[in-house]
Amino acid sequence: MSAMEFDVRYAARLAHIELTCAEEQKLSAQLANILGYVEKLKELEVSQVEPTAHAVPMINVTRPDEVRFGLTNDEALRNAPARAGGLFLVPKIVE
Amino acid sequence: MLNQLTISELTGKLAKRECSAREAMQACLDQIQRVDRRIKAFLGYDAADALAQAKAADKAIADGADFKQRPLLGVPVAVKDVLCVKGHPCNCGSKILGKFVSPYDATVIERLKAAGAIIFGRLNMDEFAMGSSTENSAFFTTLNPWDTARIPGGSSGGSAAAVAADEAIATLGSDTGGSIRQPAALCGVVGLKPTYGRVSRYGLVAFASSLDQIGPFSKDVRDAAVIMSVISGLDPRDSTSVPEAVPDYADALGGNIKGLKLGLPKEYMIGGLDPEVKAAVDAAVRQLQKLGAEAREISLPHTDYAAATYYIIAPAEASANLARFDGIRYGLRVDGADPVELYGKTRGAGFGAEVKRRIILGTYVLSSGYYDAYYLRAQKVRTLIRQDFLKAFEQVDSIVTPTTPTAAFKVGEKSDDPLQMYLSDVFTVAANVAGICGISVPCGFTQSPKLPIGLQLLGKPFGEATILKLAHAYEQSTGWHREKPPLP
Repeated sequence: MSAMEFDVRYAARLAHIELTCAEEQKLSAQLANILGYVEKLKELEVSQVEPTAHAVPMINVTRPDEVRFGLTNDEALRNAPARAGGLFLVPKIVE
Repeated sequence: MLNQLTISELTGKLAKRECSAREAMQACLDQIQRVDRRIKAFLGYDAADALAQAKAADKAIADGADFKQRPLLGVPVAVKDVLCVKGHPCNCGSKILGKFVSPYDATVIERLKAAGAIIFGRLNMDEFAMGSSTENSAFFTTLNPWDTARIPGGSSGGSAAAVAADEAIATLGSDTGGSIRQPAALCGVVGLKPTYGRVSRYGLVAFASSLDQIGPFSKDVRDAAVIMSVISGLDPRDSTSVPEAVPDYADALGGNIKGLKLGLPKEYMIGGLDPEVKAAVDAAVRQLQKLGAEAREISLPHTDYAAATYYIIAPAEASANLARFDGIRYGLRVDGADPVELYGKTRGAGFGAEVKRRIILGTYVLSSGYYDAYYLRAQKVRTLIRQDFLKAFEQVDSIVTPTTPTAAFKVGEKSDDPLQMYLSDVFTVAANVAGICGISVPCGFTQSPKLPIGLQLLGKPFGEATILKLAHAYEQSTGWHREKPPLP
């Protein structure tokens, strides 16, 4: 896939971001430009290289499975755009 | 003027009762009144709350509090708008958080408060820390105290400008690809990015979780060391924080740097490097040699691939992290007929252009069919970049580079060309990709206009004490950090 074929609409839909037509056009050109730049990574031979996800010298950090303090229901809902009966209010999902 | 003091100077005066925390806090608030209309470093602050905290600090001092145990007692510290402070707004420089008020303190805030600091204001930044100039803030652009036609750097531009303009004694920022070191360099202050895992990220709104670190901005190296000792260390609430002992970083300062080995990476002498920046950095290396350090050329062969690697990994992680801003649990909501329409409309209206750009880029490089070609390949190149550094650190104690290729650029100069803006981070991104630590210290000025230049010292994983020691020796022998901007 070359950067030129980049489909901004497809990626924006996956990301749940509604774009105006003007935004689509501008982003499409800018992102093609950026993807063109990162193509340079293809110059390197990496078939024998292990990927690095992060630089922390630890794996599988766990904690004891015990009850800890958390936010109260009221604190958790305090920033909600809409709430009712101690719950987040959302548009209807099933008829 | 109390607002101009360093942490060490201020706590010295407080301990001797030569001034009160209330007076120091008031001096910062007065300075904000005087200059922030022009600098625009602050998104908000609560003066009454700040003065109440100062009063409590004065009481603790009167009751005989020990400054050894509470090294920041009575010190006004402001923080980047990406850190949660209980009961205060947090916007991340974005519209999408709406009227969000943090329900808890970030770990670094808890630790600063326990050390006695007065946490008093929210500093401007590029939206969700994505940018190099603060021009991506949804609110306004912060201006460089040295020349208000220019940007202060970013993303922690407010944090750097507030220290340079003496509006706070010290500040916190976050660094994902240079967002502490770059603005510190452009504003002529000290900024330190700790090793990945050194400082807990709990309560830092995540941008790219494998790259983000919180760190200090300060007026001198000693203050950065003092803050580092307070904020570093294991935190069970951040599983990437590392159980590595935290030294007293300030204790390590002042010693001899004789025999310490500096590496000068030949790949950093690129075409776009400004001659005045190069001259200042060359002079700084000679100064460090005069103080007894040894310098040698080294090679970091994959340097040229660091920015490309970063601009795949950071957007990929951001696309996942920023999925939480969906209009359901907090922040802005734009209604839709169903949840999916609501998400799309909310995120379309709430995010600015750069954030959309990066989320969409990140979503794309993670999407089915492109993951291997982009994301997995970038993770492999990341291994090569990290190996370059680890290999270099077998030979040297610190790697010395310019922090930025040029001094501060003009407002609007790069804002229409995202790729050019990205490339202004070319000297800083590799440290995040490799997970190592780095500090920027003032090392001179361009001639006309007079703009600060930064020297970057990179250190081994958990090698903060060494780069602080080198930076301190350099700073104390030159005095660039004492120069003040001609404020409006």
